[in-house]
Amino acid sequence: MRTVLARFFIFVLFAAVLPRDALAVSSEWPSIVARARGQDVHWHAYGGDEKVNRYIQWVADEVKRRYGLTLHHVKVGNIAETVTQLVAEKAAGRTEGGRVDLMWLNGQNFAAMKENNLLFGPITHVLPRFALVDTVHKPTTLLDFTVPTLGLESPWGMAQLVFFADSDAVRRPPRTIAALREWTIANPGRFTYPAPPDFTGQTFLKQVFLETLDNRDVAYRPVREDDFQRVTAPLWRFIEGLHPHLWRKGASFPPSYAAMRQLMTDGEIDIAFAFNPAEASNAVAQKLLPSSVRSFVLEAGTIGNTHFVAIPQTASSKDGAMVVADFLLSPEAQSRKANPEHWGDPTVLSLDKLSDAERQLFEDLPRGRAMPSAADLQLSLSEPHPTWTTRIAQEWRKRYVK
Amino acid sequence: MAEAIRQVRVPRGAGVGVLAVFPPLTLFLFLMPVLAGLGGVVLPAFGYFPPLGGDVFSLAPWRQMMAEPGVGTAITVSLTTGFGATLLTLVLALAVAAAWHDTKIFAALRRHLAPLLAVPHAAFAIGFAFLAAPSGWMARLLSPWLTGWRRPPDIASVQDEHGLALLIALVCKEIFFLLLMILAALGQVNADKLIAAARGLGYGPVAAWCKVVLPLVYRQIRLPVYAVLAYGLSVVDMAIILGPTTPPTFAVMVLNWFQAPELGLRFQAAVGALLLLLMAIGAIAVWRCGEIALAYTARGVLSNGVRRFADRTVTWMSGALLGLIFLITAASILALVVWSFTDVWRFPAAVPQEFAVSAWRGVMLADPLAVTAGVGIVVTVIALLAVTGCLENELHNGVSPTQRSLVLLYLPLLVPQVSFLSGLQILFVVLNIDGTLLAVMLCHLAFVLPYVFLVLADPYRTLDPRYARTAATLGASPWRIFREVRLPLLMKAILAAAAVGFAVSVGQYLATLLPGAGRVTSVTTDVMNALLNGDRRIVGIYGLIQMALPVTVFMLAVLAPYRPTLRTVPS
Repeated sequence: MRTVLARFFIFVLFAAVLPRDALAVSSEWPSIVARARGQDVHWHAYGGDEKVNRYIQWVADEVKRRYGLTLHHVKVGNIAETVTQLVAEKAAGRTEGGRVDLMWLNGQNFAAMKENNLLFGPITHVLPRFALVDTVHKPTTLLDFTVPTLGLESPWGMAQLVFFADSDAVRRPPRTIAALREWTIANPGRFTYPAPPDFTGQTFLKQVFLETLDNRDVAYRPVREDDFQRVTAPLWRFIEGLHPHLWRKGASFPPSYAAMRQLMTDGEIDIAFAFNPAEASNAVAQKLLPSSVRSFVLEAGTIGNTHFVAIPQTASSKDGAMVVADFLLSPEAQSRKANPEHWGDPTVLSLDKLSDAERQLFEDLPRGRAMPSAADLQLSLSEPHPTWTTRIAQEWRKRYVK
Repeated sequence: MAEAIRQVRVPRGAGVGVLAVFPPLTLFLFLMPVLAGLGGVVLPAFGYFPPLGGDVFSLAPWRQMMAEPGVGTAITVSLTTGFGATLLTLVLALAVAAAWHDTKIFAALRRHLAPLLAVPHAAFAIGFAFLAAPSGWMARLLSPWLTGWRRPPDIASVQDEHGLALLIALVCKEIFFLLLMILAALGQVNADKLIAAARGLGYGPVAAWCKVVLPLVYRQIRLPVYAVLAYGLSVVDMAIILGPTTPPTFAVMVLNWFQAPELGLRFQAAVGALLLLLMAIGAIAVWRCGEIALAYTARGVLSNGVRRFADRTVTWMSGALLGLIFLITAASILALVVWSFTDVWRFPAAVPQEFAVSAWRGVMLADPLAVTAGVGIVVTVIALLAVTGCLENELHNGVSPTQRSLVLLYLPLLVPQVSFLSGLQILFVVLNIDGTLLAVMLCHLAFVLPYVFLVLADPYRTLDPRYARTAATLGASPWRIFREVRLPLLMKAILAAAAVGFAVSVGQYLATLLPGAGRVTSVTTDVMNALLNGDRRIVGIYGLIQMALPVTVFMLAVLAPYRPTLRTVPS
């Protein structure tokens, strides 16, 4: 935690010297809103989750009504596809008139976009509602997997790794990684995890990685190749003890979170996990899981992060995209996103900065029975540096994809 | 008089010369995307792709790809599913044709094959996966009373590491295509008379077919067999649904590299695309060698005078297997229907515990349906115009297609889709048409044109020329002969070709995903998207709609009670 805070202060120092007029073309919010009217905004966002699709449809209806702009949800299977597409556009020498106006991303996808200078901005200092974001208690709104956002992406929601199990089949859910392995050995074939590069599966590996480290500081620095094998040795020892007892004896893995959740729906496994505290509750409400399913987090805390929206350098409707990014930070949009009946992602806003009426929106939110308690969600671990995500996934493939 | 008839036979009106533009135009339409796309992967495969810093040619991407974990396994699985599925499909299709060719069942098959062909690959695979999964319908029907399973067993009956589930599903799907091709070939080689003659000499039905008809038929279906082979080893949508996952098949692996966040993987993705192409070429070459070897060794068997070939075994085995495939296909379709109206259906219940239509309301359908139908109709109409133009040209300008040009026609079906569609992406960006309906239509056309040509060419060429000649002697112009004589006579075949073209367009996954750049959503990309979500109820709905669209068109086109009516020419 100390490392994260230190990085945060470095970032604040850095942000202070950023040129405020970096956004020379559109420094005035009212004129941005005026120009956004009538624009078509193509938002590339993961399209494999019906409740998210419905939420984005609601956003589209709202921004149409409020700002007169047309928002199109471009459903992608993995936002990495869009990154690839933007590279193709760069290859063809396109500098404007691009097909992507807004992207939902974080982590290594953001790092890749930033590194390749594919992003427009900084944008956050232009967005009036960015001031409502709780950047102090939620430092991941400025540090995306420890990489400073530099205002190039605007926070949209919080996520945390949460486990869930059918309470009829699992009487006492394992509350540590070691207990999870014990449970798996006692119940062979009833647990598995999505194969990297699926991000939920990668998060599970990073969770094991953090829990098996003696000193976690190393995880918050970029990977050092000469040290990688030594640092990750406990992780692989743990995994090797786990694999023979997994679903299909660890010879085959579900390719995605959804595939793992479907295994749970079909009764093929008993414990699963998601990167959204309301996920199990949602699935119960949709009757995808039985009502006896309950969530739990690990005693040592679980990995949490923030997801963002960003605007590509080549976007055709930058004004419209900024208006959408700002609307996503409005208390209405954020409280709807936090509502487990619609989505259930914790907000990025600071409730202290809201008016009484706005705060009431959040206090009135229903709580799903399968959701973990607020106290449980306090146990949050920071994401390691994104180089670990890539490197661990790579090493995993080398070891277990034969 | 003799002079007059010769003039009539080759009517060279004003409009006829224009027809000569059709063959090159058509070739351009479907070969351009394939060749341009292949060009787009060859350069990066050898390290040349300046925007990612690749400005020197090198073999580094090849080394990088070969070092990728699981590549060997993935290639092996792709080759075994490709070869295995093709071999099984071919043997079964030939056995069915040999054993059942003069039965009522065969006549019924002939009539109902087309709609079965229209069932999209993805929809079928989804239904099949639900039948065969450890927690699937078969296990549910048998549990717990027979199997004793209260919870699904931990067995790999789908997405198994050897690709067996994929292989079986491919056989179930491709058998109808090969049977249709064999049926068409039987007409061309005058099979009935040959068989009658052989039967007269005392040969059993299967022996007669295998010894007399098969050598002639195989020549006609050789290219379709190669298309099945290339498809089997490069299929993406079915492999995602039923194939192994860790690692997946090689085609899926290559697609994953193209879409990976690590941009450096684009080089090895290009290598993979190229390697997949080489695998397809190599597989066809190996198959060809097998044909030659078999033809050589089988020569003795053909002329040894033995009158019977295990006739009864072949008859019952092939009949039972075909029946099983019908059952699997019907059950897969039924599974989609049931799931789309299901609310809760937990293992091991044999039928859903709760039904609901609520899932239908949450599905946003209007746009993808309009896109799918619109693209399908436009592409089919263009393909029909181009193919009819080519066939008219053949008729009037006396050009008959060579075997070589037929290979060209098959090219889009022989080249793995991943190999050229990925390379096309950059070209479309350069042309500034990426993510547009135009780009999607261009790609669909490459697949629709060959099928429309295959379905239409035969009826067109075998139409009795005396109708047109008679009309010409009565003074009708070429255009009028086309419009009032040939068109009405061929309308049924044209409708069938249109239905096939439309079905092919609807089923396209990669050819919509890649040129559409994620912005063009069709029913088929929605099916695959819903699959990501892992909600069978939604998947069932999308799969059902994906299937309903082409099957309805087929029913309308093929079963339409169309009778050609030739209007009397006013005197």
